[in-house]
Order: sequence, then structure tokens, then C-alpha cells
Amino acid sequence: MKATVIVMPKESVLDPQGVAVRDAIQHQGMRGVKEVRVGKFMQIELEAGVDTEKKLHEICRDLLSNPVIEDYRLQVIP
Amino acid sequence: MKCAVIRFPGSNCDQDCYRVLRETFQLDTEYVWHKEKSVSAFDLIVLPGGFSYGDYLRCGAIARFSPVMQSVIEEAGKGKLILGICNGFQILCEARLLPGALIRNASLRFVCRHVTVRVENMDTPFTNACLTGTLLELPIAHGEGNYVAGEADLREMNLHRQILLRYADALGQTSREANPNGSAQNIAGICNRRRNVFGLMPHPERASDSRLGSQDGKAIFESLLHAFGRREAA
Repeated sequence: MKATVIVMPKESVLDPQGVAVRDAIQHQGMRGVKEVRVGKFMQIELEAGVDTEKKLHEICRDLLSNPVIEDYRLQVIP
Repeated sequence: MKCAVIRFPGSNCDQDCYRVLRETFQLDTEYVWHKEKSVSAFDLIVLPGGFSYGDYLRCGAIARFSPVMQSVIEEAGKGKLILGICNGFQILCEARLLPGALIRNASLRFVCRHVTVRVENMDTPFTNACLTGTLLELPIAHGEGNYVAGEADLREMNLHRQILLRYADALGQTSREANPNGSAQNIAGICNRRRNVFGLMPHPERASDSRLGSQDGKAIFESLLHAFGRREAA
């Protein structure tokens, strides 16, 4: 069993890394890039059959993301 | 006043804090390893700067779950004095003892230089040795010192005068040019509403000896001494 977690800076929070990456893409000559936001992708291997989704949401909220500045998306793949 | 300097794996300003407390101010000071379970024997708890847990995940995110932090949170709840410097400030925010968070500097660069900060409120245990409006010259050294908080939190902090230090220029103006990292409202240091937990990005412990170029940081430690003396007398 696997879980994947995507953590992204909140829309309301300025993402300086995203701005720098956007500028770099523009420097490569690509046009029409409006915005880039840089987040994190985490992959968690789990033992099969454990009912962990509720606990995983706690972990996402308390450790893997900071709700002040970030949102997360959790997906559990059986 | 019994002082604890917490050591996390990756702390690197612990000795500076220890030296200032022990030698400059002659205070009974001990290092406390992050695996200890209690800091209840101490009157002042310092979370020093550094790169706890290599800054993995987010600065301070992992340190906040160290065994010792449960006790720090409990003692904060009892009104003990807690001082978080730089990485310590980040840990206090992650532990929700202070509102907001510290993200990557707007410049994306690590900034290491002396800055001027303006004392915004002298009526706290951390700033009572200054006058409101006093300018302090203190060093900063961080890559993630860009303070952000929700609008409601910022309003609340202004209302209750929890913003204790703002980056300013030599004339005391909190201009955009004087802001080294992009922090909201030039915020360099804040306290909780109860005013017993203080976090700041500048390093007062690196500016408490004339040989280091500035002694302005001593004002923070002197304030703590006054506050503790008053508490004892009460």
C-alpha cells in the first residue's frame, strides 16, 4: 500500500521559489508562462491492510505541511 | 534565574547563548539535550539558532516534535519565559506557540549582516530595558526569515502590540529598503498575546560583547533579568 502527499504553498502566500523558476523559464525563451508554484511530493510506503487514512491526515496536517502557509493533498493507493 | 539552552541536533548558536547568559550575565545556565523530557526546573528557556534536523521538511518542523518541546509547550502555558532566536523562532512558530510562519527570503539568498531593528513595544519582559522607538543594531544570518501570517493574525498582533521588533533604516523608518527578507510589515520579532514567548530572527547573543561589533543585544537579556526580578518580588 502506498500513500502520496502533495504539499503546495497556499494561493495567498507569495512563493519566492516559484517566482524565480518562472523567471528562469522565461529566460529560456518560453513565452506565455504566467505562474509557477513550487511544492513538495512525498511518497509513503505502508504495510497492507492497515486503516491509516485518518492518522495520515493528522500527520499531513501536523508534520508534513504547515497549515499557516501550505495546503496538502493526500492520496492512498491500495 | 535558572536558564536552559536547548540543544537540538544541528543547533549552532547554543554556545553563544550559553556564554552570554553564563559569562556576561553570570546566570545559572545549563544545556538541555532535546531528548530530555522536562524543562520545568528552569525560569528562562532559550531555543537557539542553527539548522535543527538539517532544516529538513521545513525549518523547525521536526524539532517541534522533539521530546523536550512537549515540556516547553507546557511551561509556556504556565507563563515561563521562552526566547526563540532565529531557528528557535522558526521552531516556536511550528509549535504554534507563536502565530505565523517563516518562509524563504524574498531574495532567495541567505542574508548575513548587521541590520537595524526598531523596538515597537517596551512593555514586555523582553524589551523593558529599551524605550519604544529605540534602534538596535543586531546581526541576522538566515535563509528563511520572511515572516508571513494571515491578515486576521496580523491585525490581532498589532492590536495587542505583539510585534516587538521591526526592521528599520538608520533613521528608524520601516521602509521596504530596510527589510532584508521580505517579512510582512517589516516584522523581525513577535511575542504571544500573554507576552511570555518571544521569537526573533536577529541574534542578540551575537551582539552582547563589544569585541563583536555591537552590544545592543544585551538589552534583550537585561530586560529578561528585570522581568524576572519583578516576578520574584511580586
